[in-house]
Amino acid sequence: CLRLFSGIWSQLCKCLFKSLFFLTITFIFRNALLEGEANKVGCSLPAARKTGTTICGVVFKDGIVLGADTRATEGMIVADKNCSKIHYISPNIYCCGAGTAADTEMTTQIISSNLELHALSTGRLPRVATANRMLKQMLFRYQGYIGAALVLGGVDCNGPHLYSIYPHGSTDKLPYVTMGSGSLAAMAVFEDRYKPDMEEEDAKRLVRDAIAAGIFNDLGSGSNIDLCVITKGKVDYIRPHDEANKKGVRTGDYKYKRGTTGVLTKAVTPLALEVVEETVQTMDTS
Amino acid sequence: MAAAAMVPIFGQNVSDKYDLVPDWTSREVSTGTTIMAVEYDGGVVIGADSRTTTGAYIANRVTDKLTPIHDRIFCCRSGSAADTQAIADVVTYQLGFHSIELDEPPLVETAANLFKASCYRYREELTAGILVAGWDRRKGGTGTVYCVPIGGMLVRQPVSVGGSGSSYIYGFMDSNYKPGLSKDQCLELTAAALSLAMERDGSSGGVVRLASISEEGVERRVLLGNQLPKFSTH
Repeated sequence: CLRLFSGIWSQLCKCLFKSLFFLTITFIFRNALLEGEANKVGCSLPAARKTGTTICGVVFKDGIVLGADTRATEGMIVADKNCSKIHYISPNIYCCGAGTAADTEMTTQIISSNLELHALSTGRLPRVATANRMLKQMLFRYQGYIGAALVLGGVDCNGPHLYSIYPHGSTDKLPYVTMGSGSLAAMAVFEDRYKPDMEEEDAKRLVRDAIAAGIFNDLGSGSNIDLCVITKGKVDYIRPHDEANKKGVRTGDYKYKRGTTGVLTKAVTPLALEVVEETVQTMDTS
Repeated sequence: MAAAAMVPIFGQNVSDKYDLVPDWTSREVSTGTTIMAVEYDGGVVIGADSRTTTGAYIANRVTDKLTPIHDRIFCCRSGSAADTQAIADVVTYQLGFHSIELDEPPLVETAANLFKASCYRYREELTAGILVAGWDRRKGGTGTVYCVPIGGMLVRQPVSVGGSGSSYIYGFMDSNYKPGLSKDQCLELTAAALSLAMERDGSSGGVVRLASISEEGVERRVLLGNQLPKFSTH
């Protein structure tokens, strides 16, 4: 049994580095080819949708507060004014994602799925360190081509934990972290006002202010502020916590009443629509 | 080494021109670094700065670059943060497994060879400069330092420095190191050398983390900014 186990595990370790080599080669050739073909026809490849973003997290007395803005950009255009950047990993662990929107979405979903299976296998609530390991090992395998910069936070049997995870697979375990294009603005707020063992309201206010700094000082971040407060046994997903940028209310009504435009003639043509094909497929419920 | 971009130059089809995301968010995380390890009779003293950079931004100003590989074996990491973390995790697993098979504490030389094996095999893909240091029962119980620089060479040295900041302290090391120093002298030497390097190298800074490894165990220490030895007069 030990021999089989060691065999599988050594394969896994070799896998970590082997796939490194293969993936690098395949990606380089494929992408270069695609780009060449596209440029020949005269168009450029579409820009991946990046979340621009300000995300941050802080450890307080009883748990973790995660915060994020809600703007998703496609080049210079805002693709989504109210996207959700705080992703579910497990009942006690949530993850904010910056970088390429698709990458953060899919990576967190994959690890969430794997972690749920792992939890069923162990019979225990998953630990943040496990989620961190899974994420860093996957991102390292893809050598930074998966553009996902994550702030992972949660509360497990060993207390609250907060990690920052970079696209190349390096992680840092810290009491407060910020990521994304607005991270410098948010970090400035943290470095000024962070204190260890804060109360929940203070922590929420601090995170809210940090994200606000990112929203108002960084072009890649904007719209509302989402918060996620994780404590032992309870998760408060507050979306939105603060609508920092409310749209102005129109003062006039531009709808015209019926009859404003005079009708000269009216012709009604009924369209003969009939049922062309109807199929019934019964389910075998025996 | 200084923050080198490991990302290949062509093939990245994620557009950079009109991005609102500044450049440093896509630069790889590098440990910049100054690391050092010194042998003394009965153990080793290791030290490192605490700065991790992405381009010009300091991603982590309190990094712990002294990573435990086993109870009495540590490694000092320099180069790409992702590469060194991944290699250290792999070697920690391999060494732990080997130690259980042997049913005794592993040798520092074994750990160093495991690092060498990974670093040399994937030398084209990795940017990792590592110092392996620890205590084992060989030769009556001594400390040993092995250097595994970029490229995957393995060499045993009584004292070794690494990282981008090491270039500034070779002169200091050559003139101030003598064989036969005591543990406290080694700690002073390491603290002084690291402070000097942090003063001159932009990619090194923060606090100085020290650790001494001997038969009794591991003693860790942190020297904060105001506790660092001072050298300039102005």
